[in-house]
Amino acid sequence: MQKYSVFNLIKNALSNHENWDLAWKDPTPKKEYDVVIIGGGGHGLATAYYLAKEHKITNVAIIEKGWIGGGNVGRNTTIIRSNYMHDDNALFSEFGMDLWRRMSQDLNYNVMFSPRGIINLAHSDAQMNTYARRGNSMRLNGIDAVLLNREEVKEIIPMADFSENVRFPIFGGLMQPSAGTARHDAVAWGYARQADDMGVDIIQNCEVIGFDVSAGKINGVRTSRGDIKAKKIGLCVAGSTNILAEKLNMTLPIETHLLQACVSEPVKPVLDKVVTFGAGHFYISQSDKGEMVMGGDLDGYNSYAQRGNLPTLQHVLTEGIAMMPFLSKLKMLRTWGGIMDMSMDGSPIIDKTHIEGLYLNCGWCYGGFKATPASGWTFAHTIAQDRVHELNSGYSLNRFNTGHLLDEKGLGTKTWIS
Amino acid sequence: MLYIKCPHCGMRSQNEFSYGGDASVKRPELGKEVSDQDWDNFVYNRKSLRGKHWELWQHVSGCRQWIKVERDTATHEIFKTLKANEEISL
Repeated sequence: MQKYSVFNLIKNALSNHENWDLAWKDPTPKKEYDVVIIGGGGHGLATAYYLAKEHKITNVAIIEKGWIGGGNVGRNTTIIRSNYMHDDNALFSEFGMDLWRRMSQDLNYNVMFSPRGIINLAHSDAQMNTYARRGNSMRLNGIDAVLLNREEVKEIIPMADFSENVRFPIFGGLMQPSAGTARHDAVAWGYARQADDMGVDIIQNCEVIGFDVSAGKINGVRTSRGDIKAKKIGLCVAGSTNILAEKLNMTLPIETHLLQACVSEPVKPVLDKVVTFGAGHFYISQSDKGEMVMGGDLDGYNSYAQRGNLPTLQHVLTEGIAMMPFLSKLKMLRTWGGIMDMSMDGSPIIDKTHIEGLYLNCGWCYGGFKATPASGWTFAHTIAQDRVHELNSGYSLNRFNTGHLLDEKGLGTKTWIS
Repeated sequence: MLYIKCPHCGMRSQNEFSYGGDASVKRPELGKEVSDQDWDNFVYNRKSLRGKHWELWQHVSGCRQWIKVERDTATHEIFKTLKANEEISL
């Protein structure tokens, strides 16, 4: 495979960029693989990449119903952070932050990682106390956190509403300076290109119809492009987890819900941080193209629609305008939706299952994108070694049975309000 | 925008309702020995499939009654609504 470099760029410019290698092949599925990963999203592609790179398992297929990167990895708001309080979440996502920092070099693909910092705004004294506590927990886990007062926040984001007579005045905020954004499509394509180069088959337009399970062991998967045998199969299908679980007679602590996002028309640089509203659910950043990228609440009822409903969007943008009034002047360019695998405690599941050789990676709620490298790395370890890594030991499936929940927000089982 | 026919008030917009989750989930009977698995199924495990889904909604900005709604989770088509005490037919 041609390396992406400035020399190759110049060389190919001389031939009008017509002679670049394809970034990945379009193989016909083989009869048997060592490992089959179902789901060609960010997590699936990353899993295959780390299986090949860290564990030297290259006889791997990724099967994807649509096209790679067409699901949530292409639909998110590109935010990367590790501002968690619970140890399991904090250490896992901080491990991921380290992989993010090295990703462009690692993949020889510019993922445009931009550690611009995230600020969570606080709108009351009580919320400032809560953020101080969360910040301290983060720092104990070695994650950078800075508690900002009102004046410090105003210095950084002067365009927010700092007038006196507002319903949710800004008291301050908690900042993680090392958090940021990355180009989401590039993450999928970068992992795909490297995985393909190491021998992984990326099989698109291949739908899973059923599974071949006998005597408590997985033997293979039936697909729209024929049966494929494999002793180890990993599920990485986010919002479609329940559909595949039903084919395996499993019922999981997961509900599928819809989350919308939207971008405004592009404007000149105005916001160089990721900012979240603390009195509701709204987050915003500005893309390199100048669009304001925004998101907020789930649509609020189980949904596989992959497109949103207007009342939620209106509600979310009302919060946005309350936080940054200039947004009301912008025209909306696009809105879209993705289906989220909402777990019952808001934390993911990366684990083995009761079926030998079947591995589960789901429950990412709306935090899946930032977890892409750490999820792929730990899931690859779990599959290759047939045991969970220390980093994902808290993300067990049976925690709902034993009571070791990881409820970061303390919201309980009402997934649609989280 | 969804339009939900409240069995008490008639057709109203989604803005008047709040969601209450899967209506097919049943609490294990009181006074009986309940296995951990049954509790898990009641508290955590959900089918949440693509297609027809019976769910609870509350008409919070109306009669404040809980109702049951059969809705398609992919198309949002609403097939049937029932009062909370009426049994659903799966």
